[in-house]
Amino acid sequence: MGKTFAQKVLAAKAGKENVSVGEIVDVSPDVTLSHDNTAAISKIFEGIGVEKIWDPSKPVIVLDHCVPAATDKYASNHKTIREFVAKQGIENFHDINAGVCHQVLAERGHALPGRLILGSDSHTTSYGALGAFAAGIGRSEMAVIFATGSLWLRVPETLRLGLGGVLPEGVGPKDVILHVIGQLGADGALYRAVEYAGSVVDEMSVGGRMTLCNMAAEMGAKIGYVAPDEKTFGWLEGREQADYETVASDDDAEFEQVLRFDVSDLQPQVAKPHTVDNVCRVGDVSGTRIHQALVGTCTNGRLEDLQAVSRILAGRKVHRAVRLLIFPASMEVYHDALEGGVLSDLLCAGAVIMNPGCGPCLGAHEGALAPGEVCLSTANRNFRGRMGCREADVYLASPETVAASAVTGEITDPREFL
Amino acid sequence: MELKGRVWKYGNDVNTDVIFPGKYTYTVTDPKEMAEHALEDLDPDFAQNVRPGDLVVAGRNFGCGSSREQAATCLRQAGVGAVIAESFSRIFFRNAINQGLPAIQFKGALEKIESEEEITVDLSRGVITSRAGTFDFPPFAKFVQGILADGGLVEHTRKTLNDKSAGAR
Repeated sequence: MGKTFAQKVLAAKAGKENVSVGEIVDVSPDVTLSHDNTAAISKIFEGIGVEKIWDPSKPVIVLDHCVPAATDKYASNHKTIREFVAKQGIENFHDINAGVCHQVLAERGHALPGRLILGSDSHTTSYGALGAFAAGIGRSEMAVIFATGSLWLRVPETLRLGLGGVLPEGVGPKDVILHVIGQLGADGALYRAVEYAGSVVDEMSVGGRMTLCNMAAEMGAKIGYVAPDEKTFGWLEGREQADYETVASDDDAEFEQVLRFDVSDLQPQVAKPHTVDNVCRVGDVSGTRIHQALVGTCTNGRLEDLQAVSRILAGRKVHRAVRLLIFPASMEVYHDALEGGVLSDLLCAGAVIMNPGCGPCLGAHEGALAPGEVCLSTANRNFRGRMGCREADVYLASPETVAASAVTGEITDPREFL
Repeated sequence: MELKGRVWKYGNDVNTDVIFPGKYTYTVTDPKEMAEHALEDLDPDFAQNVRPGDLVVAGRNFGCGSSREQAATCLRQAGVGAVIAESFSRIFFRNAINQGLPAIQFKGALEKIESEEEITVDLSRGVITSRAGTFDFPPFAKFVQGILADGGLVEHTRKTLNDKSAGAR
């Protein structure tokens, strides 16, 4: 009987020959990820009574949630983190000029095939796109890793998701994952290692695969994963922080469930308020007035997403009653978009270009909504109050759908613009 | 160990944004203050009226969404004795246990427990008693019981490290 990717990685990181699904193992992560919550984590760590963290080369810390600091409270939070980083000699610290943590960690080559990455953020699952076992954990357990270097994990069952057919024009990875979540539900992959496979995944860019793995968190998954291939190796070339070896499920591994989706007839999708699995076709909500359009976040803030928006906005203007906010997911994306003329195109169309960061996604910083307003966003969550206002509505969609809607002032099928 | 309290009952997919809104993530850092915002965007009455020992009962996928630990902390600080749900989102489950808040998986939560009724929970034996009857739930794994008994993961880790160094002497 073969082994799944999850079994193989967790066995390796637990120092065991084999592990079974359901087994509890103590594992040592190769890399940890934390962001603005590192201040709180450091306080918990200091309360444990250990002086030095287990290995200053392993944590990756990125300031991204409230950048630059908007109030003295946020500024003090950042100050605490910088002091902790200095005191502990942490090597991989990225200040406010880097970008969204998940994009930065990947770009800087810390997410590699076969690695175990634990992050105090639910979208840590994003790195599965590069073949890593990457899962979200809580603050206190991150502090315990800082103190001891290891943590308990349960070996998950694996759900294999085959995506076949050919994606129609104007329909992309975000539409695919929204459709899947709409079908499976917010707990459809609860505790599962979700492996995305099939011709659609093979054809998909690394960025698109990151979107799939990022959103695995929204159906309750423990991890998302795409088996590394030439696209993965090409993306990693020149970035990788270490040598790596691909780890993948055996052909005869035991999958708890195998599902298949054919996307050939898929239409652009939208998640309606107030849950991510409240998914419908864009046509079902066409005409809904929007006040703010958001392009960015760890889900869809990459160069290809900005380029898609730019193509739709070419020769057009943002609707006078809509605020279009663009958050490149990292300084690298920002720079590439600048050099390629994408940012000036967006500016000329009437978009507001923001510095890389999480911004409005979680309602903690910038881009706030007023009661009664509607935001169409490329982010990953639309729970009530998510963007800071209980009486505002958030719809989720692809960059193309957000761009088209920013032009018309109402939710619009992007295929009308192709 | 027995818990006894009044039930606050909710539905499926109660997410961490409604349990503890993201806008407070870096501005409300004192645990006692966190309790004042507990369940704010789902039930504005909760924080003002919850009494120590009360129990939160819910359907599937409780605690889905953001990994923020404050969602577990605010409930514990508000005095909630345990959360009983048909299923839990995995990060919330971990955070709850790590904060010393029992997260009890009970498939009959919505069907067998009524809003505002007084129920008892026997944690060690794995038994819930409501007006509808007496029901079993799978008791916690040993190591989870250990974390809960010590009051949370940090306390448990501190104790383990102290025991280790005491043993080494």
